[in-house]
Amino acid sequence: MNLSRRHFLVLMPAAAIAWKAVLAGTPEQAENYKLSDHWWGMLIDVPKCIGCGNCVRACAAENDVPDGYFRTWVERYHVSDEDMTNPEVISPDGGKEGFPVAKEDAKKYFFVPKMCNHCSDSPCTQVCPVGATFVTPDGVVLIDPKYCLGCAYCVQACPYGCRYIHPEKKVADKCTLCYHRITKGLTTACCESCPTGARQLVDLKNPKDPIHEFLKTHSVQILKPQMATGAKAFYNGLDGSVR
Amino acid sequence: MCNLAMFLLEQGKIMSGVEGFMYPNEIGLQWSVLIVLYPFITGLVAGAFILASLERVFRVEAVKPTYRLALLTALSFLIVAPLPLQLHLGHPERSPEMYFTPHSTSAMAMFGYVYLWYLMAVLVLEIWLDYRQDIVLLSRSSKGLLRLIYKVMTLGSDNISPRSLHIDERVGWIVTLIGIPSAFLLHGYVGFIFGSIKANPWWSSPLMPVVFIFSAMVSGIAAVMLIYMAVTKLRKQPIDIRCVDTIAMYLFYIFIIDFSLEMLDLIHRVYEADESFRSLNFMVHTKLYFSHIVVQILLGTVTPLVLLFITQVVKLPEHVRKRMYVTSGCLAMVGIFAMRWNVVIGGQLFSKSFLGYTTYKMALVTREGSLVALGLTILPLFILWAFVKLLPPWDTETARQAATGD
Repeated sequence: MNLSRRHFLVLMPAAAIAWKAVLAGTPEQAENYKLSDHWWGMLIDVPKCIGCGNCVRACAAENDVPDGYFRTWVERYHVSDEDMTNPEVISPDGGKEGFPVAKEDAKKYFFVPKMCNHCSDSPCTQVCPVGATFVTPDGVVLIDPKYCLGCAYCVQACPYGCRYIHPEKKVADKCTLCYHRITKGLTTACCESCPTGARQLVDLKNPKDPIHEFLKTHSVQILKPQMATGAKAFYNGLDGSVR
Repeated sequence: MCNLAMFLLEQGKIMSGVEGFMYPNEIGLQWSVLIVLYPFITGLVAGAFILASLERVFRVEAVKPTYRLALLTALSFLIVAPLPLQLHLGHPERSPEMYFTPHSTSAMAMFGYVYLWYLMAVLVLEIWLDYRQDIVLLSRSSKGLLRLIYKVMTLGSDNISPRSLHIDERVGWIVTLIGIPSAFLLHGYVGFIFGSIKANPWWSSPLMPVVFIFSAMVSGIAAVMLIYMAVTKLRKQPIDIRCVDTIAMYLFYIFIIDFSLEMLDLIHRVYEADESFRSLNFMVHTKLYFSHIVVQILLGTVTPLVLLFITQVVKLPEHVRKRMYVTSGCLAMVGIFAMRWNVVIGGQLFSKSFLGYTTYKMALVTREGSLVALGLTILPLFILWAFVKLLPPWDTETARQAATGD
């Protein structure tokens, strides 16, 4: 091939970018895992949650989450029927060790597990100045810790408070939907440890996934729908007071 | 709440001062006083440049004594502008990635380009064109290292024939013309960074970039006015009262626009009273009461506006006017700093659940502490001092000789 200097100068940057992509590699996954065959989400069945905190503990252990920060957490709502816009909410240590005994009164109590909503139009991805946070082709919002500047703009942009700056790594951190597990055919640590099945990993592209039947037959809601983030954490039985 | 507070205290984090419910990851603030400084400093840059353009483009001859000083002030502050951002980053060594691999959907990714454009294509070019004759003359008259510095600064262009200077003048005019929208872009962009965050109702507003631009003009004009008066006093020269009268008049009118926009935003929020209103209203009446109501609105806006109004309608003796200008200029600076504080810090004090509040405790000697912030505020003044020494903004002996064709 006869390569002129001009062609060489044009091709060099393209080759450098391509080489960088090669070096970045692809996430670890099973050999027969096809990104385009999946579109992951989570079903959270609010009435089934008993606030045991298993999911928070399992997540922290599986993902080495630093103390005081949470990839998932559980909130307990205490709502009076006459003022549902002003609920009393607690989440001591993210609900990791469960909750104190509730006082008996006329108000209703329920637990709401929270996590990254893996939004398909995620504001955190939109604002990242270097594209260190991104949506994978199978619908999971991930962060490249080797690329993140630690500017915290994504933390500000998340409407759900799911992100934090890792105190030691100094980069943004959040739920990965246990990407290292689900791409190997496993479920997430939180789903696996939930004793009541309140949390279920769902694959919206899998026609055999029971989520399709569930969505047809239940009133399912997402958090803060007015934010139009395309959230994929689907809540069954969500009370209007939940923020 | 008690358990959570206890736990967080045990973890040694800044966890006291939480009221109600915060999402657990929200308790510590992400953006510190350094991010308050960033819009404050870029605002001074944009405002100082707009003042300089009054003379150059709009032919407001009265402000000519401040023209060069305004440009040098803008440059001094612009050089410092990225430092607070850099110090705030978790990985400052990765910041060049914003230039090499910018994310096309991110407003913040524009920072590097807007900054470089403004620094190199507008400010440095305009200053160089304006000073080229002086630099050439200084490179001929000075000795030693200074001579070498001036020689380098001429960039090999030492033709100062009338025709060449005329070209400088025309090109400089075009650069200033391009510079005005660029100054708006520089600071409007900073406002957009906040205004485009839909998750945060305290920030999310299309008015934010406009408010930022006008408040930038207020702070920049006030800063140049104060620096001009202080420097002239230090040089034991008479202050050009016609010049400061004109600057004060512009300051007054732009301040009115700025205040009106801020009040429009406030009234709109109060009247619309959306889901976030109760939470934000509580915050303004408690945690932000002093910095927002007292410092920003009463002390930093209404008081200087009243003082400036008096100087516009009442015929006062010169020395009284000067004192009123200094007072209102200082108060305006305090007010605009408070505005930046209330936007950046205020926007992080409430929970996105609208059910609770946290507290910002400024550290003293950490990387993002108040001492660093103070240092970064003073640093541009030292840079300005060096620039003024190198490139005197007033008529020097050399310039006078050149003007007389000597």
